[in-house]
Amino acid sequence: MSRIQTIFQRLQAEGRKALIPFITAGDPDAESTVPLMRSLVAGGADIIELGVPFSDPMADGPVIQRASERALAKGMSLARVLGIVRAFRAENDLTPVVLMGYANPIEAMGVSVFVDAAKQAGVDGVLVVDYPPEECADLTASMRAAGLDQVFLLAPTSSEQRFRDVAQAGSGYLYYVSLKGVTGAASIDMDEIARRIPRIRAVAGMPVGVGFGIRDAETAKKIGAVADAVVIGSRIVQEIEASERGQACANVETFVRGIRVALDELAGA
Amino acid sequence: MAEMRQQYSLPDARGHFGSYGGVFVAETLMPALEELSVAFEACRKDAAFIAEYEHELRHYVGRPSPIYHAKRLSEHLGGAQILLKREDLNHTGAHKVNNCVGQALLAKRMGKPRVIAETGAGQHGVATATVAARYGFECVVYMGTEDVKRQAANVYRMKLLGATVVPVDSGSKTLKDALNEAMRDWVTNVSNTFYILGTVAGPHPYPMIVRDFQTVIGRECLAQMKESFGCQPDVAIACVGGGSNAIGFFHPYIPFEEVRLVGVEAAGEGIETGRHAAPLTANAKVGVLHGNRTYLMQDENGQVIETHSVSAGLDYPGVGPEHAWLKDSGRAEYVAATDSEALEAFHALCRFEGIIPALESSHALAHAMKIAPTMARDKLLLVCLSGRGDKDMHTVAERSGIQF
Repeated sequence: MSRIQTIFQRLQAEGRKALIPFITAGDPDAESTVPLMRSLVAGGADIIELGVPFSDPMADGPVIQRASERALAKGMSLARVLGIVRAFRAENDLTPVVLMGYANPIEAMGVSVFVDAAKQAGVDGVLVVDYPPEECADLTASMRAAGLDQVFLLAPTSSEQRFRDVAQAGSGYLYYVSLKGVTGAASIDMDEIARRIPRIRAVAGMPVGVGFGIRDAETAKKIGAVADAVVIGSRIVQEIEASERGQACANVETFVRGIRVALDELAGA
Repeated sequence: MAEMRQQYSLPDARGHFGSYGGVFVAETLMPALEELSVAFEACRKDAAFIAEYEHELRHYVGRPSPIYHAKRLSEHLGGAQILLKREDLNHTGAHKVNNCVGQALLAKRMGKPRVIAETGAGQHGVATATVAARYGFECVVYMGTEDVKRQAANVYRMKLLGATVVPVDSGSKTLKDALNEAMRDWVTNVSNTFYILGTVAGPHPYPMIVRDFQTVIGRECLAQMKESFGCQPDVAIACVGGGSNAIGFFHPYIPFEEVRLVGVEAAGEGIETGRHAAPLTANAKVGVLHGNRTYLMQDENGQVIETHSVSAGLDYPGVGPEHAWLKDSGRAEYVAATDSEALEAFHALCRFEGIIPALESSHALAHAMKIAPTMARDKLLLVCLSGRGDKDMHTVAERSGIQF
């Protein structure tokens, strides 16, 4: 069983929801990322999504675009992101790490070279935003052979047939995009989510996380009531961006803990 | 015999030209692209749609555009005859409007009240703003802040036509970033918005839709050449940024194997300097950007790199996937012209023919001027003069050290 599956199984047994924070690797610099990951875990993260910066982040809003630009300006690359994961693994063997990014850096490295290197570094899953299942058979096959999970997106615009197709290619968990828009966008339709998530879970037979536009504990709790996992990205990246030098880790940990507490109230209820 | 000639049937159902093209987008857009494919398939078989499109091309755009024999320029060069397909004479001054009219009619059919577009030089933005006014759509155009500076007149033109121009300040602040931003808008407003993509790039079905609406260029050439010259050209030459005028011009000529097809990319300051926008000529690595797989200018880590060209319309790191396929298949050849060669061609056409060409089209012309002297006088070079140069006055004047 993969690290990701183990986590979800344990949480389910405890009646708890997974908290999946996202940060961009190398933002604001390479040295900050492992300490930030440590803070995410300390604050109560179950899985970490680590953004691989790309020059043209088509599906990201301004906050994560800026994070990518900061990271790239300091020379971050896919190879160096894998180095960061390796360093994190040396001190943490439990928290799954899912890389989230775009197709081109992976293709530039070579799909099978990437999968081998990711496996060795201790990566657990990969989510490639601009790889719908029909365009990435090579990656899916290599990931499967390596025992890594490939996480796919589903959207409010996706049909039931699409749930099925995407679930067939994916493993670990599915990531439901809570709104039409880019990361960090404004409004979430709770009714829509409450209606869709149980259908997706039934069809897909794996945990469903919800993300894009979750900014506070209250929203996270509402989402947690229907989904298996809550993904928070832009809001945390914003926290890093706004922090004084040296304060980012503490601020991120405090923010994540607030979400953790709210989510765990669901278990007690 | 023309009837026996074979045209290929690419792209395949999922938008692939061999290993190029495809649909590399976030999940949110998958249903929108599917909806667009279905609507386009229905329209292309619908006689009423085709009749309306052709009526608009004739009465609104001013087609057919003539083929003009540039006699003085040809004589000056002393070799092959240079013929110009005059897309610069279209309403709005470039070939871009052919596609915009088609996609606007599609948007109307699909009941979308809002259209968006990306633009580099501003020609596609102007053409989109124009058709939005003509058909009564709300219109938003995304344009890199670098290009907003370079093309101030076109920005004002779009505003006059009622469009909102949104400057894009991310990345390299040029066409590719405008495209990213238009995609983000589309993802957000997908239910009421039609994205009028301006070139033969982007995710499937765009490269096919834009091509099919632009093939009016090549189809007219086939008929006009036969009528005026009794034969087809020896060489067909077009500039290639994303490659929409070139594909529209080349595609009907694919089966005519005796016609050489030459795409001219922007060599900027020179291919050897690395400061260019010529992924095909420079044999860039294949990659994925803006929804399709193609030759892509990128660094060793797969980050897209900044391109350089005097012409904003060619300043793009990728190229339409069908061009990538045509390069590999050998049916078309791709070369590049530098900024200075394009400017030289620009001035030559002004002085010898009284035609001010767009800087983009000047790249195609530059290549024609390079090869014409090496060919016999009875050879015909047909150049797609994709746009007029009014928008480039500032750039050219600045290069010559002149201030208005």
